[in-house]
This record gives sequence, structure tokens and C-alpha cells, in this order.
Amino acid sequence: MTVNKSSQPSRLRISNVFKRFGSTLALGGVNLEVAPGEVHALIGENGAGKSTLMKILSGAHRPDSGKLELDGKQFAPNTPLSARNDGVAMIYQELNLAPDLSVEENILLGKEPKKLGWLNFRERRNMARSALREICQLDMPMDTPVRLLPIAQQQLVEIARALVGNPRVLIMDEPTSSLTRVDSENLFKVVDRMSQRGVSVIYISHFLEECQRVASRFTVLRDGKSVGSGEMDDVNLNKIINMMVGREVSEIYPRTSRKKGKVVMDISSLAGLLKPKDVSLKLYGGEIFGLFGLVGAGRTETMRVLFGLDRLVKGSVAVFGCDDTYSSPAKRLAKRVGLLSENRKEEGLLLNRSLADNLTLTNFRPVSNFGLVNDSLQIACSEKWINKLEVKASNASQPVSELSGGNQQKIAIARLLHHDAEILLLDEPTRGIDVGSKTQIYRLMNDLANRGKSIVFISSYLPELLGICDRISVMSRGAIVETKPVMEWSESQIIMAALGQTDSEKEAA
Amino acid sequence: MNWSRFGSSDFLKAIRPFVGLFVVLALFALDNELRSVFFKGSNFKTILTQTVIVAIGAMGMTLVIVSGGIDLCAGSVVALASVVTARLIENNYGFLAVIFTTIIVGAMVGLVNGSIISAFRMMPFIVTLGMMGIARGVSKWLANNQTVNPDVPLQSINQLMDNSQSPLTFFPLPNGVWFMIALAILMTILLRKSVFGRYVFAIGSNEDTARLCGIRVNFNKILIYTIAGAFFGFAGIMQFSRLTQGDPSVAVGLELQIIAAVVIGGASLSGGAGSIPGSVIGAFMMASLANGSSIKDWPNYMQEIIIGIVIILAVGMDKIEPILQRYFSKKNY
Repeated sequence: MTVNKSSQPSRLRISNVFKRFGSTLALGGVNLEVAPGEVHALIGENGAGKSTLMKILSGAHRPDSGKLELDGKQFAPNTPLSARNDGVAMIYQELNLAPDLSVEENILLGKEPKKLGWLNFRERRNMARSALREICQLDMPMDTPVRLLPIAQQQLVEIARALVGNPRVLIMDEPTSSLTRVDSENLFKVVDRMSQRGVSVIYISHFLEECQRVASRFTVLRDGKSVGSGEMDDVNLNKIINMMVGREVSEIYPRTSRKKGKVVMDISSLAGLLKPKDVSLKLYGGEIFGLFGLVGAGRTETMRVLFGLDRLVKGSVAVFGCDDTYSSPAKRLAKRVGLLSENRKEEGLLLNRSLADNLTLTNFRPVSNFGLVNDSLQIACSEKWINKLEVKASNASQPVSELSGGNQQKIAIARLLHHDAEILLLDEPTRGIDVGSKTQIYRLMNDLANRGKSIVFISSYLPELLGICDRISVMSRGAIVETKPVMEWSESQIIMAALGQTDSEKEAA
Repeated sequence: MNWSRFGSSDFLKAIRPFVGLFVVLALFALDNELRSVFFKGSNFKTILTQTVIVAIGAMGMTLVIVSGGIDLCAGSVVALASVVTARLIENNYGFLAVIFTTIIVGAMVGLVNGSIISAFRMMPFIVTLGMMGIARGVSKWLANNQTVNPDVPLQSINQLMDNSQSPLTFFPLPNGVWFMIALAILMTILLRKSVFGRYVFAIGSNEDTARLCGIRVNFNKILIYTIAGAFFGFAGIMQFSRLTQGDPSVAVGLELQIIAAVVIGGASLSGGAGSIPGSVIGAFMMASLANGSSIKDWPNYMQEIIIGIVIILAVGMDKIEPILQRYFSKKNY
């Protein structure tokens, strides 16, 4: 579709938007312009600021400064509802449907046509039907509960729902992350059709080929700034990748030379229920092993299966040379394998319990006699780690919830140290914490590796992976794409591998 | 003295049941009639004896509620245990054998509850609601649907709850009260000091974290419900002793009184918070209210209304306290 920019005013114009959360700058100057009927791809790594921008557009957050304009008028949504009333609809990555309600009920949820408080059933049927007609899905079963539909159809219901309010702008966040190729192609047709009807679409995806297929223009976000935009046809993917990664390295990463030890963990063709699909890797003593992948690549799932939290369907695991495929967290911990959860608040910590309890939870043995906890010993032991990791807390019996994110994370890591884990599986250990704590965690990881411990380090932030890892593996769609020593990787190679671009690049070379 | 502790929500929460009890007693002291009759050693002996059944049940229930669960079959298990006790006495079992066997029966019910809840990941509310009916039915079956009165009474059991000796003094207390006190001390240590106790709090605070940290969540849950069942069984022996007969239709709705005592004692129904001393104080407070109301000759319905208000107030303090705290901290600055 060709959009003549000069003759049409822009549908949505975002200029110089800033947003700060506490001490972190989430958005530092974003500009974006979308014409009516244009499909605009928004591209960026995890943490580049895409979701913050979307939350501002959908009214969940308010910008600190900057201007939003919709069809030339000031646009300042306070709530998601007001954004929708102004004509900006959003389809989130996780579907927001009421699973037990029917297709029709879901499409009109919250906008039911009514007379004096009574539902107008005929009108509702008509409205649902016209929404489905817009996306050519009239054969959708109207009375079926949506939980019985396949994911792809649920997604279409979600789109139909977004269309009921006659939106002017539709935002789609990673819509194909759980779709098959055929379903994705159908979705693209729906997107095309909407754009023909004059709806502007902001399309967020990690998969660049998809963006190329569906979008006419693009904007790249990096570190909270828009760093480039243009016509999709004029640009090749390499140029976009360069825009995504081209950043200066500001942190200093500690790295001291160390000797690689023996294989401590040997994983072969590990598979879980959905993800991972096929993961094989060998972990050596005294190394930091990086695991990169985009959201949904299956890194966290791999760790969970490995740790015995989720079911292992296929493959084998050997720890310290002994086969130990089917396991549980208790057994893994007994073998001195520890996992740091990426969800510090939901899974990692007992928020309302004391620092001491959180720290010693996996290993009460050194602080108890005959099954009774020795409180003073437990406090002393915890204070040792609190001092060592420079946790800012008033005392060890304080509840964890009172600490800041970085200090909470240090407590979660200190638990692994108290357990004296030999193999540490760290899932996003630096996510959402301040720079000072980050540097400390890097130093700690370096020290641990120097003392012969093995670390699997999952991160979505490339500079830190390249800064402290010995080897890096890249995962995409549930499998490991490539594993190489850190010296042989460059940022753009990693991104390309994560996007699933390696093969085509090799052919081109 | 570290005065900042008094501002912390933890400290306020821990002393709340005691403050509540103090307020109730202080209000009673305002009334002339209550002052002369209520505040007497012999009356406190009566109140303590009336506390025993709910308090012993509340000790087991505290464990369950702190772990994030609920046990609705407590009342039915008490009735079942009272019938089992009667049948055992009929068959000439001795004191220890009766107590031991009855407790085992209660524990078995808990074992079944815990196993179903863990194995099928079912809601504790539903499983124990079902068990409430089953245990009640079994106790009626076992009792041929009537009260069981052993021909030859076993005096040691009957005396557990008998406070008629020396009716004018506080001492001697019936043995049941001593059992209650001893169990309360034991359970306080278990919940506060033992590794198992920390696991109970961990599971109730965040089950996912507990699992992540290698705590065998299923095993511990089964253990928790089994211990709770044992306590309900023991409370059933006390129930028998109080009536000196096994009654399959007794203690209907007792589970709600027990849960109320635990909640008044500072436990959270979403798990991760609660204490044994708090729960026992909660049971004592409810018995005091009932006792005070009957001294004042208030009708039964007044008691029910008062206890209902106390339950809502006890839990509502969670919401009221932050407001008070904000008010006081503003004053300090």
C-alpha cells in the first residue's frame, strides 16, 4: 500500500516523549509518526522502551514530557478506557479474553448494547457480526466459549473486539509469538485489510521478516530513544539490526582470566512440554555461560525444566558426571545446583518474611540443631552475607518487601551463596535493578567463576553478556541456534542468530 | 529500649490479640455486675475450661491457615472423635489407649485431606467441605445415630474437663486446661522455632518460592493436615469429657468458631501469617465474651452479634492500622 505522506496529515504523532521510573530513564526522547491506514513497525530489543511507549499510548502511564497528537489534536489519555474512547486500541501479547464467555460476548464485553439496562441480543449479534466481517471471519462460531478455540482464532476475537469501537489506531504487541506460520499469514491479511479501511496499525515484533512483510514504514527504538525510521522498502535488514545494537558500552565489566574446568553439567536434547524443544549444552567448571534469546525464545523454560520445576519430556541431564535426568528442585539443590528466578517478586522471594528466613530457606542445616532453628545463629549467618554483598537493610529480621529491587535481588543471590551452590542458574539477575547493584553482581559472578563455580547467565542485555561471559549460546524458538566463545561473537551476529537469520546470512556470504 | 519497634507494623500485629483481649476485659471492668462476678478466680477457671476445645482445635487450624489452606471438617472430626472415645470406653480400653487411638483417627482424616489436596492439587476448601460431610456421616453411623453413653465411665477421661472440684477457687484447674497450655507451648515452639515451622510459613507465604527452594511442598502439606487432624481428634476427646457422652451431632459449626479464633489471633486467610499464642488468646477472648454475656443475662443472639462484630474488627484492624499509623507519624514530625 502506498501512503502519500505529503497530502495527508499524520494520524498519530509522538514528539520527544520522556518517561522516567525512579532512577531509570525508560524513554529518553521518542519520536514517531504514523499516517492514516499505515502499518508501522516498531522495532527494538527487549528493554528498548517499546512496552513503555505502548503503555503511554494506551493510557496506562503518562509521559513526563513530550507531546502526543491524534489527528492533529492533543491526545493525553489518563486511563486505558479514555484511550479506547479516543480511538486507540491495544492488543496485548497475552490475550485478555474471558475464557468461559462466548465469542460474541467477548467481542462486545463492556460495550454491550442495552436498553434500560437490559441486553439487546439482536443488536449485539449484529454488532459482533459486523466486527467479524471487517476481518473476514464471518464463519467464526459465535456461541462457542473462546477457551475452546485455537490460539489463532482467539487472537482474531481479540482483534474483532478492538474493532468494535472503530479505532483509529490499533497497536499489536508481538501478535505472532504464539502462532504457526499459516496462522501468522492469515493475521497479516487481516492487518492488510484493516489498513485498507484506514486504520493505522502499530505493529511490534521481534521478527524482522514479519515486519518487512506487513509494514510499510518502521521506527527503531534503542535505549529509550528512537534512533531511526524510514520506508520498509528502502532499507535492508542489516541496516535495521545495526540501528538496534549500535550503542556505546558504558559499563565496565570485570573479567579476569581463569581456567576452564571439567564438564559439570551435560545436557542433551532437553525438551519440555512446549519449550524448550531441543537444547543441548555442556557446562564447564569455572565458566560463565551466557544464554541469549528474545522474549519467548525459551530460555527461562529451559532453566525450569533443567531445575526440575517443570516436566522434562525428552532428553537427558548429567550433573557432575552422574546421570540425573528426572529431578526435583530438592534433588538439584542437594547436588548444589541453584536457580535464581527471573520473577523476583512472584517466585524468587517470600516477600513478607525476614531477610534471614529468605536467605537460609534452602539450607537450614548450618543454622539449626535437631530441627530447631537457632535464631541468633541464623541472624549472624545472614548478616555475614548482608555485609558481604553490601545489602542496604536495617537488620536481618526486616521483611524483604521493605528493600529496594536491587537489594532484594542480592538477598535472592545470597541464598545461593549460603547454599554454597556449585552450579548457579541465574535468570535475568540484573533485571530492574540499579547500576551500582549491577556492577556488584558482575563482580560477584566473576569471583565465583574464578573460584571454580559454574554460572549460566540468562540476560536480554547484550553488553553485559559480552562483557562477562566466557561462552554465549543463542536461543530462538525453543532451541539453541549457536554456541561460541565470547571472542567470536559480535553484537549484530548475536541479534541475527536470535532473529533466526543465521542461515540466510550464511548463504548470502 | 528500641522505640521504633512500636511503630513497626509487625510489632503491632503481634500484640494485637493481647490488646484486643485487654480492651474486652477493660470494658467488662466498667460494669459493676461483671466486676463482681466476672473477675473471680473461679470464673476464670470456668472460662479456661470453656476455651479448651476451641483452643486445641485452633492450634491445628493455625498450622493449616498459616500454610495458606483451610480445614472445614474440624467440627465433624470433633464429633467423630467424641463417638470413637465413647466406643473405646465401652470396650474397656484404658486412658492412654483411648487418647492415642482417638488422636490417630483424627490424624487419619487429616492424612486423607492432605493427600487429596496435594495429589490432585484440589482446593482445600472443597476437599475439607466434602470431608466435613463424610466425617459427620461416619460418626452418626458409628453411633447408630444416637448418643453413646458408656455403661462404665472412665473417670480419668471424664475429669479432663471437670471443673466442679473446689468451685470457689482458681486452682486446681482441670487436666484439660493443663493439656491445652502444654500443647500451646509445644506448638508455639514448633511453629516459631523449628525448620518445619519455617517451611509452613514459606508455603503459605509463597508456594512457588517454597518449591523453588527445594521444600517438599506436597509432603509438608500432608503433614500439616495430618497434625491438624490429630488436634481435632484431641479436641474431640475434650468434647466427650465435657458431655461425658459421645454425641455424633455435637460441634456443628465449631470449625467456624475455630477459624474465628485463629483469625482474631492475627492469622491471614491468604497464608503466611499467624501465631499459636494469638489463636489461643482468640479462643479465650471468645469464651470470655460468651461468659460475660451470660453473666449479664444477655440473650444468646446478643452474644452472636458481639462475637460477629469482634471478628470483623479483628480483621479490619489490618485496614484501620495504616490509617492510624499515618496519623501518628504525621504528629511526630
